[in-house]
Amino acid sequence: MQATLKSAKPRRKPSWSDFQRRYAPYIFISPFFILFFAFGLFPILFNAFLSFHQWQPGTGLGDMKFVGLRNYTDNLTDPTFWLSLKNTAILALMSGLPQHLIAIPLAFAIQGGLRRMQNLVTAVYFLPYITSIVAISVIFFTLFSWQYGVINSVLNALHGLPLIGALFPAEKINWLGEKEYVQSAVAMVVVWRYTGWNMLLYLSGLQAIPRELYEAASVDGATRAQQFRYITLPLLRPIMFIAVTLSLIGGLQLFEEPFILTNGSGGAGQAGLTTVMYMYRTYASYSDAGVAAAMSWLLFIVIGVLTLVNNRAFGRSGLAGRD
Amino acid sequence: MRNLPRLTLALSIALTAALGSASAQKTTITVGVFPDLDSVVKAALPGFNKLYPNITVKINSLAYADHHTALTTALSTGKGASDVVAVDFGYVARFAEGNGLVDISKAPYNAGQFRSQFIAYTYPQAMTQDGRMVGMPTDIGPGAMFYRSDMLKKAGVSPAAMNASWESYISNGKKVLAANPGTFLIPDAGEAAQIIIRTGLKSGEGLYFDKNNNVLVDPANPRYVRAFTIAKQIRDAKLDARAGSAFSPEWTTAFQKGNLATEFSGAWLVGHMQNWLAKDFSGKWASQQLPGNTYASWGGSFYAIPQQSQHKTEAWALIKYLTTNKDQQVLAFKTTGAFPALRAAGNDPVFNEGVPYLNGQKARVLWRQAALKIQPLDVNKLDPIAEQIVNDALSSVLDGSKDITTALTDAKNLIARRAR
Repeated sequence: MQATLKSAKPRRKPSWSDFQRRYAPYIFISPFFILFFAFGLFPILFNAFLSFHQWQPGTGLGDMKFVGLRNYTDNLTDPTFWLSLKNTAILALMSGLPQHLIAIPLAFAIQGGLRRMQNLVTAVYFLPYITSIVAISVIFFTLFSWQYGVINSVLNALHGLPLIGALFPAEKINWLGEKEYVQSAVAMVVVWRYTGWNMLLYLSGLQAIPRELYEAASVDGATRAQQFRYITLPLLRPIMFIAVTLSLIGGLQLFEEPFILTNGSGGAGQAGLTTVMYMYRTYASYSDAGVAAAMSWLLFIVIGVLTLVNNRAFGRSGLAGRD
Repeated sequence: MRNLPRLTLALSIALTAALGSASAQKTTITVGVFPDLDSVVKAALPGFNKLYPNITVKINSLAYADHHTALTTALSTGKGASDVVAVDFGYVARFAEGNGLVDISKAPYNAGQFRSQFIAYTYPQAMTQDGRMVGMPTDIGPGAMFYRSDMLKKAGVSPAAMNASWESYISNGKKVLAANPGTFLIPDAGEAAQIIIRTGLKSGEGLYFDKNNNVLVDPANPRYVRAFTIAKQIRDAKLDARAGSAFSPEWTTAFQKGNLATEFSGAWLVGHMQNWLAKDFSGKWASQQLPGNTYASWGGSFYAIPQQSQHKTEAWALIKYLTTNKDQQVLAFKTTGAFPALRAAGNDPVFNEGVPYLNGQKARVLWRQAALKIQPLDVNKLDPIAEQIVNDALSSVLDGSKDITTALTDAKNLIARRAR
């Protein structure tokens, strides 16, 4: 049918198959670009635009007022902003470091020792990563509760033991209500949540290391610790670089865990107030969209610089080692 | 076949016309609300439709926070808001700033004409510094002290002695805890400070700013010094459960376990207590005025009309019905326990009935008294920021990391930074 039509009226207009070849691909790929422009690029550009304006959402788009760099200088002279950055850095470190220190040996153990149970164990460790934050908050509130919490009950019970009792506190610890403990409590939840994810990354990295290397090493009489030190660690560097970079970015964008655990308040002494939380507060509670937008760009710069430093310090040589 | 498009066009024009004439007779308006206010609106509709058979009302109910977020988005983009929107007290100042909500003090609304019919402090809450009015008050939250009568009796403390002053609240509180080991006097010491900050304001003073936008938070301001001092005394005497804000998990658990001797809150707390918070302690709780003859309000709701609404006349008709109709306000009170902002509704016989949960105590009379005595507070657009900063200062005093003078000086500087 098509063919007869085509031959009957040659060159009249672009044929169906022409259309299919030339334009159809663009139509098929357009959903991605439409979504990307609407939900990816536009918000970023709008946010950049917003960061130079004073605007209270709720007053309508017409009420934007250009203020130049004032939103940036406002943030840079705001003690709470610096406090939030400090909290974020501490939390990123407190929660980031243990994740990797646990995940690497764990992945090695699962890879080497638990071959048969590997899938089950991996799934168990990965479970926290996919658990809903609401469920997590319920669980950890029950655990951390000052008067009624399981952790305090256990600690108090341990305090009653002879000999080792002195190591544990006699008083109940107000985990989420006291400045000294808020950050540890938040870090614990973050470590619990993301260690499984890192372990999975390392596990996949380990599986890419050729088995012959280990076989050769064991023929040469290398112990498991030596194998880990001289084969696993060096060959795992590219994956470590990726995992650390992801942790770095994720840690600096920390929001959900501290927000939920402190009821959005930042906790005692604001010790749990991260920069993203402060940004959210500036937007949602203070209705100061411009300052919040500027804050997001400042955080972006911090993340960018630290990622670059990470790249220089350990990424380059790590990746170069593969050549 | 060639006539087909023309035919379709003709048909659709006829259809549109038919629909158009139908909608000219009957207008549909939407109401954006949050629970439990949605059940109040729902209960109001039969009565409203008797008066206005040509207005169909559709209720869009979202969870409390989602409702206000959606409203913020709708107002900032100028699209998507309902014709009537409920606004909680905490959000009024924020939405009042721009021009997203209709100024109902102007014609054809003239909300000012109803002012004398409402509890005095409600109107100023919905008015901006430049005199516009953005919402009609519907319910209020007169503050009260709730206490466990059994615990007080055990300690030989009378409720009147307990709430005579803040000092006697603390000294008697110690006795109550001594007689009831393992309990707390109050969920959080900070609550006492919040009440003192909110009461005893001089005229022209707001919570944190005066009329001329000067910061009132200051180590020389007796209101703040007293608020911080009393809270610190409560914390130092280990009387509070350090539960943080209301509805925190620690707060909820303490209530459910029956470990609290007193709590300050809006009258609406009774509804929560009997439904889920302290079900097992029915008849043991009772109500009194706040310590030291102070009166403060806990929240309240308003109805507003967004500028973008296409049916402002109908929207206003509904708002007027919901807020100024006595029977409707009484119905609302019976539906959810929402305390009426309309004074006439407060005179309904239902207010003289005892509250079963409070062991038949005629507490509503008490709350009505409190409502009439609460002083209006001027709202400032920077209130949310100042509130956060003062709360932080208070918590640093309570945990002992700053003394009161330092904390208030720091807070003053932080607020002043924003208030230029």
